[in-house]
Amino acid sequence: MAFIDRRPGIRPRPSLGRRLDIAARASFPACITILLMLLTEAPLGLADQPTLLPAVTLGAVWFWSLYRPASFPPPVVFVVGLLLDLLGYLPLGVGVFTLLCVHGVAASLRRWRLAPRGFAWIWSLFALVACAASLLMWLLIMLLNFRLLSPDPMVFMAILSVAIYPVLAVPFAAALRSVANPERA
Amino acid sequence: MRNGAVEALLWLKVPMIRLSIQARQALARLTLPVLIIASFGLMLLGKADAVLAERARIALADSLAPIYAVLAGPLGRLHGAATEAVNLWDMREENARLRAENEKLRRWQSVALALDAENQRLKASLRWIPDPQGSFVTARVVADAGGVYAKAVLLSVGPNHNIRKGEIAVDERGLVGRVTEVGTRTARVLLLTDLNSRIPVTLETSRAHAILIGTNNPRPRLVYWPEGVMPQEGERVVTSAEANAFPANLPVGTVHYTSNGTPEVEPAARLQKLEIVRIFDFGLNGVTPPEPAANPTPGHR
Repeated sequence: MAFIDRRPGIRPRPSLGRRLDIAARASFPACITILLMLLTEAPLGLADQPTLLPAVTLGAVWFWSLYRPASFPPPVVFVVGLLLDLLGYLPLGVGVFTLLCVHGVAASLRRWRLAPRGFAWIWSLFALVACAASLLMWLLIMLLNFRLLSPDPMVFMAILSVAIYPVLAVPFAAALRSVANPERA
Repeated sequence: MRNGAVEALLWLKVPMIRLSIQARQALARLTLPVLIIASFGLMLLGKADAVLAERARIALADSLAPIYAVLAGPLGRLHGAATEAVNLWDMREENARLRAENEKLRRWQSVALALDAENQRLKASLRWIPDPQGSFVTARVVADAGGVYAKAVLLSVGPNHNIRKGEIAVDERGLVGRVTEVGTRTARVLLLTDLNSRIPVTLETSRAHAILIGTNNPRPRLVYWPEGVMPQEGERVVTSAEANAFPANLPVGTVHYTSNGTPEVEPAARLQKLEIVRIFDFGLNGVTPPEPAANPTPGHR
């Protein structure tokens, strides 16, 4: 949750430095997601590198939508999706729509109080979401291009997304408790 | 649910309209559906105005290309060091293989020189009109400009380049693709393996025309060859000057049959690890993509 000071009592207004600190912590999820997306496009020389971008984006959007939706509201998801469309050369709107759906699923899960369960539980849920998201993207791209496409990239994207999620989630979880936590400002 | 960004703005004392808590909650609940509708609008917009998305992409690529170009140096060195370490292991075998290959190539070189001399003599006696010589520029590949469903590369070109859409990209071994988008300091080359790539080709032994269709797989498919001619396994495929989009006889690759009998072409160019490509201007304008006249391609004077 965003920083809302619930402690009773009257205190002096926080200093500028502290307010900047809170703002920086609140904007950490969006910034790290966009930074990681740009990094996946760097000339790393990996085979099948283009699949890394949607995989990393899906994982990051899922994590932050689930654990810190206050710092990752729908407008931020929209911007991230737009960046995914532009960087990944997808038809405009495909990434935006898919990520908003992922965000919606995470938000409703949060409402059902499923988030505090263990990592394996969240990961297996993400596997389902990643498969659905890859399928949705594939279908939308075929619909928008009026052309049948091979399902191989879709399958690879789903597998890579699921495989890469722990690599993202472990440092993200550490950040969630430290640098991305406005309450520790 | 309070909005994080709003919270941050409030803390920074940015003046904004004060809303009641109920109104703010209603707004927060409405954001997701409204944005989902907006994403459908974006899809329609992308379909209606393809140039808009293209321009946004190339603007983004223009701003990111310098960063990637700077990163390419150290990353390339790291990559080079890793391959160097691997290469040290099998240097002996590599050396022996290269000696054998060199021997073979020397024999081919003498054959090629003799054939070239003969060709010049024959052309002279025929009063052959020489093919136009293309001018070219060489550019570095800075990023993969494709995606999961597209195959393309991004070239870093200087701010005063003269590259236009439809020019032809070639690496040291063969055809790479065509320039499809040009920015102020970048150019995007659609690879011949891309789903949208269509290249008129000639089968070298039968001189039959065919079309090479990209499928997003590493090997594009060969279609529309004339009746009575079958592409031969291992046959060389070169570009055809038909439709005036390509010059004749640029090497494209070799024919390879899949297990279910579909002829595909193994590209001669090393499309997986492109580093430097040459962009040729042959002065051809057979197929130029539609472009609004009000916005001429940047870099073209």
